[in-house]
Amino acid sequence: MTAVQARGLTKRFGGLTAVDGIDLDIPEGVCYGLLGPNGAGKTTTIRMIQAVSPPSDGRLTVLGLDAATDGRTLRGRVGVVPQEDNLDPDFTVRDNLRIYARFYNVPGDQADARADELLTFLNLEEKRDARIDELSGGMKRRLVVARSLMNDPKMLILDEPTTGLDPQARHALWDTIRRLRRQGKTILLTTHYMDEAEMLCDELVVIDRGRILEHGDPRGLIAKHCGSEALEFVTDEDTQKMDAIVAALDGVPHERLPDRVVAYGSGLEGLQHRIRDAHDVDESVLRRATLEDVFLRLTGRALRD
Amino acid sequence: MTDATAAGVRAMVGRNFEVYKKTWKVNALPPLAEPFLYLIAMGYGLGALIEEVQGIPYIRFIAPAIVAITMMQTAFMETTYSSYVRMYFQKTWDAVMATPLTPTDILWGEVLWAAFRATINAALMSLVVAAFGLLSYPTAFLIPVLAFAIGMMFAGIGLYVSSRVRVIDQFSYAFFLFITPQFLFSGTFFPLEQLPDAARAVAVALPLTHAVQLVRGAALGDWPDIAPWSVVYVAVAAYVVPALAVRTMRRRIVH
Repeated sequence: MTAVQARGLTKRFGGLTAVDGIDLDIPEGVCYGLLGPNGAGKTTTIRMIQAVSPPSDGRLTVLGLDAATDGRTLRGRVGVVPQEDNLDPDFTVRDNLRIYARFYNVPGDQADARADELLTFLNLEEKRDARIDELSGGMKRRLVVARSLMNDPKMLILDEPTTGLDPQARHALWDTIRRLRRQGKTILLTTHYMDEAEMLCDELVVIDRGRILEHGDPRGLIAKHCGSEALEFVTDEDTQKMDAIVAALDGVPHERLPDRVVAYGSGLEGLQHRIRDAHDVDESVLRRATLEDVFLRLTGRALRD
Repeated sequence: MTDATAAGVRAMVGRNFEVYKKTWKVNALPPLAEPFLYLIAMGYGLGALIEEVQGIPYIRFIAPAIVAITMMQTAFMETTYSSYVRMYFQKTWDAVMATPLTPTDILWGEVLWAAFRATINAALMSLVVAAFGLLSYPTAFLIPVLAFAIGMMFAGIGLYVSSRVRVIDQFSYAFFLFITPQFLFSGTFFPLEQLPDAARAVAVALPLTHAVQLVRGAALGDWPDIAPWSVVYVAVAAYVVPALAVRTMRRRIVH
């Protein structure tokens, strides 16, 4: 079964095309990453998948339901953790969950039980009667996750869930996401952190300017675009030395940055020694190639604001 | 009410009512305290100089107007400042839109809640007015019904204004251009007949004028000639204005 199937999915805002005819096939039960620079169309895509934003064009099926016509049912089966915390400041922690359950037509006593269960699951029991403004950023995120689970969704959509969290809170949230995946939920995740995507995602797409640039599993994408290793020569803006290194690389895939040259491939250690000795490079690093390397190769290094 | 459901609208009204209940003491105080101030200051103070208006004591003339003004202010305040805060600052609507509720459920929920709140406030205020012995029965029992319809009308206007403003400060215009003139010139503190013809023609078009005529009729048990027209005005506006406002606001929030 596919959890999400999109064909030619398009979203236009006036003259701007935010999502430009993308195809998606997200299998059930996987953690699926949606990566891309700011303004790539990630959130717009997610808003269409959760059936709050009507597509301008294309077909979109989520959990077997047509997003255009079955929005109400679809939203009842999906949980959403939005980018911006939108907890209800008028209610306590526990009441945020209880009141939210009403929107899913969950009966009162069932909602109470579910709220308590989720507060335990997310380590928030001690804060059950606290006001929202008494919570730390990490607790707020956990509460939003708890809220997104009130309807026991088949699929969970997380839009940049760990942005702004400290390392402890990030790791706690990663654990939660992995546990939910093990429970069989489909997870759709956007993130700017490539280590996070590499660690959590079974599959992912990289989108930019509303189009899909690449899709696959993290290890496969790294192997395809970078090989297994990245070799960095630090040149401190010495352009002559850079030219020499690039020449010596002799066709090995590489990137030129202002202060360094990065080569990608496998078994680069011999090359590292040769170039370091021949061109008097003080600093060179041979490291594992990461998803971040892939991402930057695909989307470039120009700033996006 | 296309793509709204009773359960959805009820859930949204319920959410707002829960917030109201949490701070009910603060919320119930103004409608209980305000009529004292008005009735003492204007009823006894000013009324001592005026004695009778249209054959009734001044205090009896203004008491129903104060109740009608409260219906207007409560409902309008709720779908302007309060709804806007929920929409724009608290992102409450965004959170609810991720659930099965549709934007139409949410918006009708906001309008109905505003009308309920106007009804609560008008009923509380009526208790004080009744304690002063200023109501006639059984017609006075129509006041809550009128409050709901009048609340719907002003909630609709408020929501329409909210769908148009870009920053929250712009609501001040609506209050000083729309609410304050009605407060003063809708047959509230002096009869419409005192106005010059041209001004009276404008006043008769204003929603509060009809609200005041009907509430005063119910409070005194004596309906003015214009009452049937006021019933039609309020009944039509109670549905048409919110329906229009829900449509324009929906366009703003669905994108």
